[in-house]
Amino acid sequence: MERVAIIGASMTRFGQRDAWVRELLAEAGAAALDDAGVDGDDLDHLYVSNMASGEFEGQTGVSNALAHDLAATPAYTARIDQTSASGGAGVYNAWQSVASGASDLTLLVGGEKMTHRSTSEATDVIASLTHPVEYKHGVTLPSFAGMTARLYLDEYDAPRESLGKVAVKNHRNGVDNPHAQFRKEVDLDTVLDSPIVADPLRLYDFCPITDGSAALVLCPESVAEEYVPADEYAVISGIGGATDTHVVHERVDPTTMGGVVDSSETAYEMAGVGPDDVDVAELHDMFTILEFLQSEDLGFFEKGEGWKAVEEGVTDRDGDLPINTSGGLKSKGHPLGASGVAQVYEIFEQVTGDAGARQVEADTGLACNVGGFGNCVTTAILEGNQ
Amino acid sequence: MSDHDETRTDGGGETGMEPTFEAAEYADGSVTYPPHTVSPNGADRTGSIDLREYEARVVTWTTSTATPPGVREPNTLAIVEFEMGDGYDGPPVRALGQVADRDGSGDGSEDGDGEQFGVEIGDRVEPVYADEIREPGAGIREPDSQEWDGFRFRPVE
Repeated sequence: MERVAIIGASMTRFGQRDAWVRELLAEAGAAALDDAGVDGDDLDHLYVSNMASGEFEGQTGVSNALAHDLAATPAYTARIDQTSASGGAGVYNAWQSVASGASDLTLLVGGEKMTHRSTSEATDVIASLTHPVEYKHGVTLPSFAGMTARLYLDEYDAPRESLGKVAVKNHRNGVDNPHAQFRKEVDLDTVLDSPIVADPLRLYDFCPITDGSAALVLCPESVAEEYVPADEYAVISGIGGATDTHVVHERVDPTTMGGVVDSSETAYEMAGVGPDDVDVAELHDMFTILEFLQSEDLGFFEKGEGWKAVEEGVTDRDGDLPINTSGGLKSKGHPLGASGVAQVYEIFEQVTGDAGARQVEADTGLACNVGGFGNCVTTAILEGNQ
Repeated sequence: MSDHDETRTDGGGETGMEPTFEAAEYADGSVTYPPHTVSPNGADRTGSIDLREYEARVVTWTTSTATPPGVREPNTLAIVEFEMGDGYDGPPVRALGQVADRDGSGDGSEDGDGEQFGVEIGDRVEPVYADEIREPGAGIREPDSQEWDGFRFRPVE
């Protein structure tokens, strides 16, 4: 199996954009091709990570549309939908295309256009992933988060303030990300006084609705230096994907995301590393509680101890294990199909030493992308070549 | 216990049948709600049980203030775990559902009709039937693709 290198990466500004999904995808895709020094007609495969362009915008066929817009025909194309983990699933498919030998040069672009929809409409599109017995009760992803947060705080005797500190940390990180939707610090009182959305979680415990796109160019590591110098590419040294139950209440421990556990075990084994070897991580903080759950289920901290790491500053940018240096979904924004790709973009920037004001010391980084409420997960480990 | 081919998954208002809160039972002794083709361990389905006959305890809950189209606002939801008795040693049998209105209304209108029961973790609850939990067609899901009646939970006095 070929080892796979990322030789180019890009992301658009995240936030409320005038551009529609085709334009967003083309913006990030063209920038990534430019970053790698290749053209559309060099591509063998082109993947688009996107959850719901048909539902949000009435635009389907986005992978073929992008191939045309980037002059990439006759490249093989496919759209990857894995709900909020569409981006991570796209990374998996793009990696697989190169690792298998099916493609010598692959472009992955993740993108979503959402902000033209009301919060109620966008929430319903996302909640449509739920089982009929969940959907009819009006469950939303935020309400799953509220129920899980209440149980976590109760089981592990964690203070409500610890969740708020995730939001404070990630907003602070987002200030230095020129692509982030929110580049503004918030203090703990603001978080804790914001309106209740799904008790005990409040407005600032949730990521925003976002437009945006991100892209990666991948090739076999054996030829990476034909495109870019050795210190400008990163290797996907480990990757895993896994699912958990579709029906959330059927999980034996509602505070454990089995897909995170299983996908990370696969990724660690492939990379030949463990949680202690990870220098920086991007986690799927669609809700603040998810940062606790993932940091524990990835093996960074013992079960029920993730909140203490945040309290003690371990996950700050200058801490022992910086988490969400990009600002995370919380501050950077969450254009569904783009988010998993943008997580890998941030890790790529970190392990190639190109993260600017957000730079931390990092040879090995991890990105964990979660779909549904832990229903489907991908974990990717990147190693720099500096 | 009844043959699962002759019952509805959840509810039954449109058919005139008495509404049941149907969970599936499998050859390995496990029970799930909702029913699946096979058990979590892959065992064949052998029948159904009606969860109306069981009380449950609240595992966790939330009150959502930002609800999607066709859903009452606010909307208090709970995950509950049924007390299946000493003879049951399968995985926990749980359900997610709305917490019932104090006035017993069940028309699913968006204004919630009134005050919803308050619940806490560990509280004992029982299922109570509602003929329309969410307004069909108000959200993105095709109205005919699923049932819209079902069971809410109210505290046991």
